[in-house]
Amino acid sequence: MTRLQTVLQSEQQYLIPFIMSGDPSLEATRELIHLLNEEGVAAIELGVPFSDPIADGPVIQAASERALRQNVTLQDVLTLGRQVRQEGCQVPLILFTYANPVFQYGLSRVVEDAVGCGFDGLIVPDLPYEESGELREWGQKAGLSVIPLVAPTSRQRIRQIVEEAQGFVYCVSSLGTTGMRQQFAGTVDTFLQTVRELSPVPTAVGFGISKREHVERFQKQADAVVVGSALVRKIEELSGALSDPVQRTEALEQIRAFVTALKTK
Amino acid sequence: MVKPHIQSEKEAVQGYFGRFGGRYVPETTMNALLELEEGFRAAIQDPSFVQDFRHLLEEYSGRPTPLTFAERLTEYAGGAKIYLKREDLNHTGAHKINNALGQALLAKRMGKKKLIAETGAGQHGVATATVAALLGMECRVFMGEEDVRRQQLNVFRMELLGAKVIPVTSGTRTLKDATNEALREWVAHVEDTFYLIGSAVGPHPYPSMVKYFQRVISDEARSQILMQEGRLPDDVVACIGGGSNAIGMFAAFIEDEHVRLHGVEAAGKGLDTKEHAASLSMGRPGVLHGTYSYLLQDEHGQVLPAHSVSAGLDYPGVGPEHAYLKETGRVRYTAVTDAQALEAVQVLCRTEGILPALESAHAIAEAIQIAKTRSAADILIVCLSGRGDKDVETIRSRMEGDRS
Repeated sequence: MTRLQTVLQSEQQYLIPFIMSGDPSLEATRELIHLLNEEGVAAIELGVPFSDPIADGPVIQAASERALRQNVTLQDVLTLGRQVRQEGCQVPLILFTYANPVFQYGLSRVVEDAVGCGFDGLIVPDLPYEESGELREWGQKAGLSVIPLVAPTSRQRIRQIVEEAQGFVYCVSSLGTTGMRQQFAGTVDTFLQTVRELSPVPTAVGFGISKREHVERFQKQADAVVVGSALVRKIEELSGALSDPVQRTEALEQIRAFVTALKTK
Repeated sequence: MVKPHIQSEKEAVQGYFGRFGGRYVPETTMNALLELEEGFRAAIQDPSFVQDFRHLLEEYSGRPTPLTFAERLTEYAGGAKIYLKREDLNHTGAHKINNALGQALLAKRMGKKKLIAETGAGQHGVATATVAALLGMECRVFMGEEDVRRQQLNVFRMELLGAKVIPVTSGTRTLKDATNEALREWVAHVEDTFYLIGSAVGPHPYPSMVKYFQRVISDEARSQILMQEGRLPDDVVACIGGGSNAIGMFAAFIEDEHVRLHGVEAAGKGLDTKEHAASLSMGRPGVLHGTYSYLLQDEHGQVLPAHSVSAGLDYPGVGPEHAYLKETGRVRYTAVTDAQALEAVQVLCRTEGILPALESAHAIAEAIQIAKTRSAADILIVCLSGRGDKDVETIRSRMEGDRS
């Protein structure tokens, strides 16, 4: 069993935060990874900025644009992984990147380098089952979990997707893009239950989860809960302070408080 | 034995043209694409659907469009006989309506009541708003904020037709980002909404579907030239942004191996500058808007902004079948600059009394160059994909700029 699966099967750790690498700076991202590691999260999704993020809502789109203005590349994010590993960070790391940067870097090369830099998993949101066969093979060979997404609209596709899943299955809570939502469709419960029954690996649920009530609601129905936009927005609000050596510690503490609040019952 | 430039049956199912095409979309969209493909296959097998489509093309859009022998343009070029396939004479003034009618009929057949579309200059938006009005459907058009500003008149036209225009403020605020936003909107409302893509791009089955609805251009042109000249042309020329008029213009000729096919991209300010839209000539394969094809991108795979004086060609990607036709060598792809296109506008105005769209002017410019190198016994057809009324303001300001 992989480190990722072991962690997700323990009941203590169930939060998977997503952060955009390089927003507001790679140095801030490095500190945020350590902070999240200390907070005892289940894993961290590290986003790679992309010019055309079609699965993302406005908050993560804007974060991606900010990171691109810093010229952050896939290579930079891999290097960041290696750096935090060398600094003793143990938490499972998941690389989150759109397909095109992966294709330009090279499929096998990205898998090998991700493993070499200490990553546990890879999510490519625009590579559905039909297009991800080659990547899954490389992942299997190298020991990098290629994590698939399933959606409420996946219906008859769920079975084939979860059978090939590595690491965990990422369940999309509702239609649309990433971003904060007030409500979730009632059908999401049946959907999550179906995936859990069929899946040989743990499940995580994400898209729209922004507060403690949401985390609690979904914690019973999946092994982990992904919080992206809400955290990215918090980081955006504090970006000035995070980039200021005097205010940085205080800003990090505010983010720590935000993450703690997500987990506290 | 499959000819190298024709899609095999297996490829057709997965939506591949050689290594290009596919469905590079979030899982949330996959079932909608599978349903769309199934709906499309069933529709084109159904004689009543085909009949309805044909009826609208004829009685609403005014097809068949003429194949006009351009006598004075031929004299001007001094070589091959030049024929113009007159897509500019369609209702709404361009070939875009062919595809909009086909996809909207399909949407209706599939029980979807809402249409969404992306648009750059507004031509596809106008075509979609038009068919939405005709078929009594709700219509929302996504348009980059920058394009909304530049194309006020088309925005008003769409609104007049009852459509809602939604300005897109992300990324470069142009067609590329309008397409991203339309894709996102579709994902969120996939159950009751039909995404009407305007070019031969996007995930499978869009490139094949757009080709099916646009191939009427070459089906007509092929039989018209046989009627008028008793033989097939030597050269066929069309402009390429995403590539919908070009794939429509090439489709019926692809298997006629001796007919030379030429696709003309926008070279903008020149291929030696960064300001062009020549994804086939200057780009590399990659994924944009759900398909694997050529695109303008940096070394890290970030998509680069395109440039062309013609808004319809101002797109950093291209349809996957064109990527395939390039690699198999069946089509020759080349590029024409803003300046050459503007020159061709004036030549066609003065020799034939026809004001072409800036997009189509790229094809005219290349057609003149090719015709010059051929003999009087040769025949060339160029697709005049749209009329230039929409571009009058741009043409005027560019010409005044050149003089001052």
